[in-house]
Amino acid sequence: MSLTLVKQRTDQQTASPRRVDGVAKIRGTALYVDDLPCADVLHGATVRTTAAGGTLQEVVFDPAIDWSEFVVVTARDIPGMNAVKLLENDQVVLVDRAFRHAGEAVVLLAHADPEKLGMALKGVSLVELPNTAPIFDIDAALAAQQEIIPGNIYTDYLLDRGDVAEGEHLADVVIEERFLTPSQEQLYIEPQGMLAHLQKDGSILVEGSMQCPYYVLDALVQCMGMDKDHLRVVQSTTGGAFGGKEDYPSVIACHAALLALKAGGRSVKLVYERGEDLRVTPKRHPSRTLISLGANKAGELQFIDMDFAIDGGAYRTLSPVVLSRGVIHAPGPYKCPHIRVRGRAVATNHPPFGAFRGFGAPQSIFAMEVAMDRLARKLAMDPAELRRINLLRTGDVNPTGDVVGADCFAHATLDVALEHTHYYQRLAEYRAWNAAGHQTRKGIGLATFAHGAGFTGNGELHLASRVSLQALANGHVEILCSNTEMGQGAATTLVQIAADALGLPMDRVHLAQADTSRVPNSGPTVASRTCMVVGELIQKAAGQLLQRLRETAELAAPHDAQSFAAACARLCAVAGDTLVTAQYQPPTDMRWDEQAFLGRAYASYAWAAYIAEVEVDVLTLETRVLDFTAVQEIGDAVHPVIVQGQIEGGVAQGIGYALYEDVLWNERGVMANDRLTNYIIPTSADLGFMHVVLLEGGLGAGPKGAKGVGELPMDGPAPAIVNAIQQALDIDICQIPVKPEMLLELTMSRGN
Amino acid sequence: MSTTMRINGKAFQSSSAPNARLLDVLRNECDLKGTKEGCGEGECGACAVLVNGRLVNSCLVPLGQMERAEITTVEGLPEDSALAQAFVQCGATQCGICTPGMMLAATALLAEYANPTLEEIRWGLSGNLCRCTGYGRIYAAIAQVAGGFADV
Ligand code: FES
Ligand code: FES
Repeated sequence: MSLTLVKQRTDQQTASPRRVDGVAKIRGTALYVDDLPCADVLHGATVRTTAAGGTLQEVVFDPAIDWSEFVVVTARDIPGMNAVKLLENDQVVLVDRAFRHAGEAVVLLAHADPEKLGMALKGVSLVELPNTAPIFDIDAALAAQQEIIPGNIYTDYLLDRGDVAEGEHLADVVIEERFLTPSQEQLYIEPQGMLAHLQKDGSILVEGSMQCPYYVLDALVQCMGMDKDHLRVVQSTTGGAFGGKEDYPSVIACHAALLALKAGGRSVKLVYERGEDLRVTPKRHPSRTLISLGANKAGELQFIDMDFAIDGGAYRTLSPVVLSRGVIHAPGPYKCPHIRVRGRAVATNHPPFGAFRGFGAPQSIFAMEVAMDRLARKLAMDPAELRRINLLRTGDVNPTGDVVGADCFAHATLDVALEHTHYYQRLAEYRAWNAAGHQTRKGIGLATFAHGAGFTGNGELHLASRVSLQALANGHVEILCSNTEMGQGAATTLVQIAADALGLPMDRVHLAQADTSRVPNSGPTVASRTCMVVGELIQKAAGQLLQRLRETAELAAPHDAQSFAAACARLCAVAGDTLVTAQYQPPTDMRWDEQAFLGRAYASYAWAAYIAEVEVDVLTLETRVLDFTAVQEIGDAVHPVIVQGQIEGGVAQGIGYALYEDVLWNERGVMANDRLTNYIIPTSADLGFMHVVLLEGGLGAGPKGAKGVGELPMDGPAPAIVNAIQQALDIDICQIPVKPEMLLELTMSRGN
Repeated sequence: MSTTMRINGKAFQSSSAPNARLLDVLRNECDLKGTKEGCGEGECGACAVLVNGRLVNSCLVPLGQMERAEITTVEGLPEDSALAQAFVQCGATQCGICTPGMMLAATALLAEYANPTLEEIRWGLSGNLCRCTGYGRIYAAIAQVAGGFADV
């Protein structure tokens, strides 16, 4: 791919308007759930199961406590269905009898005095009959001696294209590996929480920290047994989410609403303390991958064979969707005639795992990219060269059997990354450094990958998202959509897209608060879909609005803010409808076979090549990232500073995943390192500047050819860093995080 | 017993118990909600404030120690300072929950080093966790105020 086809961004700051939510956040006036003004509020707390699955025999309330002072809610108080609404109704809102993991909610309490509440929590004891031999390991679950669900498998997918046996026959060099990735905590700095109010008319309002207001609304409808008109969900400023506030807010909202209903008019606040948040909310799925790759002598991939399994935890929640993304991304951005990926999401007695930036892709891409380096070594070939030979080009058939169109920049990203880092020069310098016997060893490693934006396959079709624009008499326009700002910059980006399409300055356009009583359902804020899919809908709605103003309110073309305002005033004066709505229409060339995993899995892929340079201290075996270069082709950078911030933030989380972050489990399957003192994320002392290079081919499915970018940066850092460390120390690594203890073991066993 | 201090330049008297957390006094008694709670154990810096010009985590500070102290929260910082502008322009805030603490950490840092090196910035912010930005845009904002990074 010639570079003349893609534009390289260099004007990050000048091309970026001010963030619309910036000032309030910097002055500290933005209101998060714990800051919402609320008189006479009751605080909520949760009594939880302690065994890793079993049956609840009895709930005993300490007779020394005057329980009439407290609001007490159990499963019997649920007016609707006792099930959290998601893909399947397998998870209860409150445990009645059977349960599957430690930390499931049984009793909810509320009181005005947090101290008394703390004492009361200790005054409720549960008599549990624990299951014998709980399961916490993927392979143990698959062996299925004890069954949590039949076969312990939630979902079993197979991507099977070509004939792996034939590929094995054609391969001259074959490698086989087993890779493990741990769970990872999202660690948004604002813990989860909800505030619920029973209104005078009997309806319930729930406000709080969340990604997907309509998920929460649907969960409330089911649990409270009320219709949508009597339930209202409002998002408050959300202090980070990264997927962690996709499904669990529904659980907290149901709990808060149940307490509020019983409290009979006093509002109830249920905000988790950090430890509780870490122990019970969903995290990244742990994974185990068996992989075999084969190539001919020239380095051309002949087959990819993977058995990819993720730990879904005790309930199904989002695991099937996470698995499907993991399976589709597993074979990487490579051309290969014979591919088989078996994917399974298994049941264990851990709390359910859930969405976290990347959503299954970081796990399978880690296995594939580290395996590619192993294959390169066996072929005695440079890892960059092996990738160059195999990366997709326009006209190739991709792993899901789709013919790659013009929107393919795998080679461009690799070329720019190699050039930007002076890869070959660095490689030689580091080899010389390592041979000279210094106190440290250095390495340079890479990962090439692509990330599909938006819902997989026909997902967007099922969502049928809607977005509205409301023109006001003063010439301002309001965007009505359910997608949320959670730090990723959606509020600014969506306003910018609307203003651009309407030909107005940004201060004339406003994003309405995500309030289900006002905004239509434009789908969840997940899967890097907001800017691309919802942005595109906003652009469409803007076109409709202009057309209406031209046809019925004499808006002349071209217009400015004044003439636009005058036309809006005329339209309002004749009581014309100033609300327009656009609905998602699937692209005509989108064909996806959900059973066979064949066809076009995503409307657009963003392409990337990441390069990590590391230094490992020979004595302490601590790894330092010296330099990190992230090159990605993202269609169009709608707001370059926001994009850069997304990439840097995602890379930082990826560095944490590679080197520091490790969820440890106690004997009951609950997170043991449930404090910020022992769950370690990167600090500024660990991270320097990163080099972010944005390429813009302009061919994505979003406005001006933009593609989703939010999740992409999570995929590459772990394999790039591991590949760099392997090179520095000349060892094989099969697991993250790469901690000094692990390196000690590996270097000692090599010494033997 | 009561504790008398100055908060954002104004005298304030609290009658809470001496072991009450300064964080709770600020949020609940003074209604200064800009000071956030991220961990409650001194690890994240979301609750950071300046006490007599020094950066401290208010979740760890008992009220009893604040007698006659001069306390600055995010609400007490100048509204349109060069630092505030640089934070907006450079994209130093995303979800914003760490931002008040970061603003105070950056203020303390710039008071100590008018022209900090990247290393000094990195160490100066190392008590404040940000999960969104990867810190790069925050470094850039502070450097912008200081007129670039000092050479090492
Ligand atoms: S809340 Fe005080 S340091 Fe985290
Ligand atoms: S901006 Fe979200 S934690 Fe820093």
